[in-house]
Amino acid sequence: MTAPITLQLNGRSRQVNSDPATPLLYVLRDELALNGAKFGCGLGQCGACTVMIGTEAAFSCLVPVGVVGERPVKTVEGLGSKHEPGPMQRAFIDEQAAQCGYCIAGMIMRAQALLERNPSPTDAEIRRHMAVNLCRCGTHMRILRAVRRAADGLRSRT
Amino acid sequence: MKRRSFLSATGALVVSFRWPADAVAQGPLPGSLAKQPLIDGWVRIGTDGRVTVLTGKVELGQGIKTALLQLAAEELVIAPERVSLVTADTERTADEGYTAGSHSMQDSGTAIRHAAAQARTILIGLAATRLALPVAQLSVENGVVRGGGQSVRYEELLTAGQVLHVKAAPQASLRDPARHTVAGKPLPRIDIPAKLSGGAAYVQDIRLDGMVHGRVVRPPSPGASLTQVDAAAVERMPGVLKVVRDGRFLAVIAQREYQAVTAMRALEKAAQWSEQATLEDVEPVYDAVRRSPSQDFVIRNQGRAPAAAAGVGTRGVSATYRRPYMLHGSIGPSCAVAHLVDGKTTVWTHSQGVFPLRKALAEMLGVPEASVHCIHAEGSGCYGHNGADDVAADAALLARAWPGKPVRVQWMREDEHAWEPFGPPMIASARATLDATGGVASWNYEVWSSTHSSRPGGAGDLLAATHLAKPFAPTPPKPLPQPEGGGDRNAVPLYALPQVHVVHHFLPQMPLRVSALRSLGAYLNVFAIESFMDELARAAHIDPVVFRIGHMPDARAQEVMRLAADRFGWARFKRSPMRGRGFAFARYKNLAAYAAIACEVEVRRDSGELRVLRVVAAVDSGEVVNPDGIRNQMEGGIVQSLSWTTLEAVTFDSWRVTSLDWGAYPILRFPQVPEQLDVHIIDRPGQPFLGTGEAAQGPAAAAIANAVADATGVRIRDLPLSRSRLRAAVGP
Repeated sequence: MTAPITLQLNGRSRQVNSDPATPLLYVLRDELALNGAKFGCGLGQCGACTVMIGTEAAFSCLVPVGVVGERPVKTVEGLGSKHEPGPMQRAFIDEQAAQCGYCIAGMIMRAQALLERNPSPTDAEIRRHMAVNLCRCGTHMRILRAVRRAADGLRSRT
Repeated sequence: MKRRSFLSATGALVVSFRWPADAVAQGPLPGSLAKQPLIDGWVRIGTDGRVTVLTGKVELGQGIKTALLQLAAEELVIAPERVSLVTADTERTADEGYTAGSHSMQDSGTAIRHAAAQARTILIGLAATRLALPVAQLSVENGVVRGGGQSVRYEELLTAGQVLHVKAAPQASLRDPARHTVAGKPLPRIDIPAKLSGGAAYVQDIRLDGMVHGRVVRPPSPGASLTQVDAAAVERMPGVLKVVRDGRFLAVIAQREYQAVTAMRALEKAAQWSEQATLEDVEPVYDAVRRSPSQDFVIRNQGRAPAAAAGVGTRGVSATYRRPYMLHGSIGPSCAVAHLVDGKTTVWTHSQGVFPLRKALAEMLGVPEASVHCIHAEGSGCYGHNGADDVAADAALLARAWPGKPVRVQWMREDEHAWEPFGPPMIASARATLDATGGVASWNYEVWSSTHSSRPGGAGDLLAATHLAKPFAPTPPKPLPQPEGGGDRNAVPLYALPQVHVVHHFLPQMPLRVSALRSLGAYLNVFAIESFMDELARAAHIDPVVFRIGHMPDARAQEVMRLAADRFGWARFKRSPMRGRGFAFARYKNLAAYAAIACEVEVRRDSGELRVLRVVAAVDSGEVVNPDGIRNQMEGGIVQSLSWTTLEAVTFDSWRVTSLDWGAYPILRFPQVPEQLDVHIIDRPGQPFLGTGEAAQGPAAAAIANAVADATGVRIRDLPLSRSRLRAAVGP
């Protein structure tokens, strides 16, 4: 039995008992029963598992839970709920930016990391930043519009 | 969950019901009502006034749940928020076969619409009796029937017993599309909020009490046999419950998911395989296709015989087009949960056909069909027959090995890339002659393809069942019949041509397992026909849009072509060096949605890099139920086809599939998507629903190839139009 690990997750302190070598993704999904981060490739190639660690978007399938340390972890559950979606989620709903939706939680977290760092990205910057995440349904145009909408909304509020 | 035994309820009991005289029209029941004629097989009203719609079709990310719900809400005149949906379940819903072929709106949509309309008619009739008023004096609003200052809610009319447990009639008094308030409007998708807030939305998210995790160690190559495995060390690993071996099916069950993954990696190392070079005859791919024995079908022969027609035209043109093995490439690898309790296996699956899957699983397990219950749960988008059925078989086998506990199996990325049934390689060869006015005088077309469906079927169509010590044999492939076809889907041109000869060379052998990939053979056939129409237009010195419309007798086809060309600005397009425009059209299966696509591309001469700058599409899907759903399907189809068309091919050596991840099988990323993509919809109120889901795949491919030819002067006929291929063709 390994010593418990404390995660700062979505603004709360959570203790987990997984082996420190376990990728964060499996801790989130299997131990903490969170659905947001998805298994896509386990290789850091598709971004379905994207969460924020500190201020950066990260592949939770590659990060051992033991190395997260004090850095706060944010998943899509931390942005809002089905009934009270946060601004980024709202933008994706408004643009109906999903088909199967499997990649979308990861897309949202990657976009969130961009806007927290740069609230006024150009369209080219959005494309470049989002290049890491794959969508197979071809929802790209709507995802780009949703990120644009979220950025515009952020600016109009400040 | 309380489960009403739906099948037994519908088996014998048919309540007689007196229809108004004008409703007793003869003729077949519309859509899937023919398979399930009882109204309450499709719509039910609860005592709380909520409506439950039951469909045998499934949500694949195409938005079908929302569109079906809209139809029911519209015809029942009830707010969509008061309608919920049950999708395919072998013990609750109608057997509507597979959710495939862009059939859902025609089949299930038509059934639900007619069932809901007839339910409304029955309820209004009951209300007339209750309120002692003629039907003509009644109106309905949000589930309440009103008249003469009185009102009665739908649910209050149900006291007479199972009033909706009656057979549907061929005709229904459908609401006038001009007065629709829900159907035809862009209702937001009901499934999206949960999907982007971490709600339990997918089969991958199912967590049952006591659930354990399975992983399968697949053979390293299709022909490999398992010679030895020392599982003792693996069985001692933390959390490992059992190693399962049956023939060359090798798997591990563990308490936690990552324990299962870790144990699977260890088991991979512990297993010794004897491999065969079963793929050495598959390269080069197209030589193998040509060499493969074929069954030949003349699927169209009109006008003068080919021999006589050969001399008719003054100018002959010929060309050959090819596509490689391709992946479905779901972002989420396939997943299933199975639970064996008291001899009955319940399987949660993202299969496109829960009823055929139940049959195949029962055969594999050697149990009666009644001992298997398949419940659809959404997965990642599949775009056809991916690993969904196969992983359900894996889970069922592991549930048998670990009875009493639910077993969840999720494939790893390399499982999906190596073992999903691929889209098959194809070759199409076209020859035509032009007459003196530039019209097509003769058209000869041949297409070579193996099967486009190895769906279950039988147990032998489930991957794991073919790996057992007593293996099941795959169902021998058969060509899918015309008019929809498989490899010959859309092989017959929709254009009016004086002489047409079309041959389908069906290849029963398939060295690598292949099956249905979105649009089946239509992707290559439309790519070929629409590339060839461009080549002919060029030879005739006629604008390619004018050339197409000139050969097209179907007014709706003409209209989508004109709309796409107009909105694109085809006539006023100004060409600049290495920039060009392309156009293509198809009516999917020659009987579903009409789609025309125009695009503008730029090719870099030094690198061969292709950029699609702008795409304009027009689509006619008959009567529109959810315009944003159609737009989303068209946008997605175009972008996906752009990925297929410019990037994708499965690779392998003599032994193994080698494209095992997204590095070896790249797909489109954000920097490569068009700057602009517009979809224009032509609504046809009162016309039958035409499926949209696969309409864009072929036209998008041909429009891109035609634009590349326009930009560079070089015609590329082999897919994909990859950077290396373009650089070789146009580079310095």
